Amino acid sequence: MHPVMSPGAGDPIVVAEDLTKVYGENRAVDGISFSISSGESFGLLGPNGAGKSTTMRMIGGTLTRTSGSMRVAGLDPAERGPEVRAHLGVVPQQDNLDEELTVRDNLIVYGRYFGLPHSYLRTKADELIEFAQLTDNARAKTTALSGGMKRRLTIARALVNEPRLLLLDEPTTGLDPQARHVLWDRLFRLKEVGVTLVVTTHFMDEAEQLCDRLIVIDKGQIMAEGSPRSLIRDYSTREVLEVRFGAQRNAAVVDQLADVATRLEVLPDRILVYTDDGEAALEEISARGLTPITSLVRRSSLEDVFLRLTGRTLVD
Amino acid sequence: MTDTTHDLQRLAASGRVPPPAVMAARARRWGWWYYVEYWLRTARAWFQSILIYMVGEPLLYLIALGVGLGTLVDNGVGTVDGVPYLVFVAPALLISTVVMSTGGELTYPVMAGFKWDRLYYGPHATPVSPAQIATGHFTGVMLRFTVQATIFWGIMRAFGAAPRGVLISALVIPIGVLSAAAFGSVLQAYASTLQDEGYQFAFVQRFVIMPMFLFAGTFFPLSSMPVYLHWIGWISPVWHGTQLARQVTYGAVEPLWLTVLHVLVLGGLTAAGLLWARHNYTRRMAS
Amino acid sequence: MSAPSQDRLPAAHRPLPVVDSAKRPLAALYGRNARSVIERGLKVIARQNWAVLVSGFFEPVLYLLAMGLGLGTLVGEVTGPGGSSVPYTAYIAPALLATSAMNGAIYDSTWNVFFKLRFARVYQAMLQTSLGPMDVALGEIFLALFRGFLYACGFMVVMLVMGLVTSPWAVLMVPVALLIAVGFASVGMAVTSYLTSFQQMDVINFVMLPMFLFSATLYPIEVFPEAIQWFIKAMPLWHGVELMRHLAVGFVSGATLGHALYFVVMTVFGVWFTTIRLRALFLR
Repeated sequence: MHPVMSPGAGDPIVVAEDLTKVYGENRAVDGISFSISSGESFGLLGPNGAGKSTTMRMIGGTLTRTSGSMRVAGLDPAERGPEVRAHLGVVPQQDNLDEELTVRDNLIVYGRYFGLPHSYLRTKADELIEFAQLTDNARAKTTALSGGMKRRLTIARALVNEPRLLLLDEPTTGLDPQARHVLWDRLFRLKEVGVTLVVTTHFMDEAEQLCDRLIVIDKGQIMAEGSPRSLIRDYSTREVLEVRFGAQRNAAVVDQLADVATRLEVLPDRILVYTDDGEAALEEISARGLTPITSLVRRSSLEDVFLRLTGRTLVD
Repeated sequence: MTDTTHDLQRLAASGRVPPPAVMAARARRWGWWYYVEYWLRTARAWFQSILIYMVGEPLLYLIALGVGLGTLVDNGVGTVDGVPYLVFVAPALLISTVVMSTGGELTYPVMAGFKWDRLYYGPHATPVSPAQIATGHFTGVMLRFTVQATIFWGIMRAFGAAPRGVLISALVIPIGVLSAAAFGSVLQAYASTLQDEGYQFAFVQRFVIMPMFLFAGTFFPLSSMPVYLHWIGWISPVWHGTQLARQVTYGAVEPLWLTVLHVLVLGGLTAAGLLWARHNYTRRMAS
Repeated sequence: MSAPSQDRLPAAHRPLPVVDSAKRPLAALYGRNARSVIERGLKVIARQNWAVLVSGFFEPVLYLLAMGLGLGTLVGEVTGPGGSSVPYTAYIAPALLATSAMNGAIYDSTWNVFFKLRFARVYQAMLQTSLGPMDVALGEIFLALFRGFLYACGFMVVMLVMGLVTSPWAVLMVPVALLIAVGFASVGMAVTSYLTSFQQMDVINFVMLPMFLFSATLYPIEVFPEAIQWFIKAMPLWHGVELMRHLAVGFVSGATLGHALYFVVMTVFGVWFTTIRLRALFLR
């Protein structure tokens, strides 16, 4: 008797233990462990090359791991790749739509790869085209679509098998702000109906928007884990004051700011002053006669968490 | 990174750059050559690997088609055009291989320049003009063909397949380059009109380049084909080049007017193709 | 598969049928759905590739016309299988069919596979689904054979029209073209698993060109010294050419069977080789 998968919310759907991928000398993924519950929206945040995409590909079994264990829906993707992927919808970092086919045929042919019957796919394709807001382009070649449209089609295509788990690798990289918001809206709706989302991103706003819980990865290792809110609480202050004194003076004034802030970060072009009240800190600085060229008070973000954890910024 | 104000000053205004008007004037005259320089620089990366083909191809063709096939022909009709088959076919193979190489050099790379890698748009942002880019790319490729034809000629000499004197038979090198120029310039101009690579290049390969190789007097004199197929030779740069090449390598005999016609056809095609290409580049990059 | 959901959004909690495949061999590599890869290929061919598909047929025909009719006037008659004398056109036609089967199979299993792998990323998309690499490989080899079948039939028609078919055995030339193709395609795909750049593709051409020029395609190999002859006889194309030539004139002997056996062994080896290289080919 095969163990029937009960898709109850909260049950772990992905469990990775000590997951490792080594390319020659390079430890792309270096012994990470995590567990993703059914119905949650899980993020992998880190800079380019941190090992996020490598991890994603090992979940789908399209990349073999060097060591460690992985269970997806109770199966090992390295041994049962085709079956594991029947549970998944995959949105890769770069669109890999079939450029030789139309929008509609992309959905139908992709569905055939899951062994789905034409009778199902004919209606499903129309539903997905509507979901992706591509009704007017259904018969167009994919090469004629804009970047945002291609992305929506890739996501729609990933839903053709009604997956329980949707893997999204940098879903909005390269899109303009408007296209990103359209896409986030589509993903929210999926989350609302209970699809488990796994998102990799190097945008902190995206992680904050989409993820219930996330792990921060750097150089193949997990640096921290938690909800966006708890990470910011644990590793940063409520607000951040950004001040610029000009390339020559930044270093000179930094000593005089030490007692204004909980913590200081000196970047090449600006100083980040971590404090719970940014406006008050700015007033205090001005009162000392240190007038910055520019200043900005903002809420702490995951970017600050990452800077705190690694000493580096997320986007170079 | 440059940090101090002094360094920045030197970076932004060292005073060693000539006035813009001078730079523009230099580019007006030499811009095409600047592009050739760029082309040669990129060519260094693959030159070594391509050198093997430039040596290997003549060897294979001369052994297989000259010596191997030649045995069969010499057993059949004896000599062709008064010479052994190897001597007859060798100059034609030189012309054909060089002309066929344009199918790789002046098709996809032109598309890459405009579309895939947008290589043409780097120099386009400088005083170098689109027409100069067209000429520069063309010239760079012709330099490659000069090397290719020279190697082929050397191997022909080693096989005894170019029995006339060293100097006169060496004329097969410029004849080869001119033949490649005649076909290549038109091909480059055509490639520059394509917005998208459908299957046009594969078609050119199959329906233009391949028939030229097979039917334009390379393997047998045009006269052994039915008269109604002779036009394939007459419109083909390969045939005109081959007929010239045969005169310099083994002394094929032809009326003078025909020789003059060969040169005029090849020269005319080169000029027309180049003008067309320059026109297309200018129009396309301005739009 | 259950009935299509009427909801616009997917019913996330609808359990998908799970087949217990734990004991099935190759469960990691094969999703038993190569059919869908073939469907995709046929869809692409039907939609837009007609002109290219047809043009591929012309290449061997042009060679046949030029070399046979043009060069044939210079060569005259040649000694064919069994010592009989045949016109030059009839001598090269079977060789050109064998060469065309080789070229098509190699193009489809190297260039085409590499392009779809690296640039079009068609296979990447396929492998995100419940397909395994073996489904992709089987589907693509089938499609290559399908194209090869069409070309072989077309070329046979040309041979018939030109009066070059003189034996009922020639009917076997079409399946033999497929046998040659599957041999080359299976080995070609394994070789592709070692490729990392387009430049290396030129190396393949550099093996193919001499194989075409020297494998008794356009002239008998007896013009070469014996050592070189033995080397040529070790190469696959020579066996394909000889096999075709035997069938074209109906000179069938133990040697004919031997040549066919060469390709059977080559296919078995190629399929085994490709299977062990599947991970390296697709899951990198």
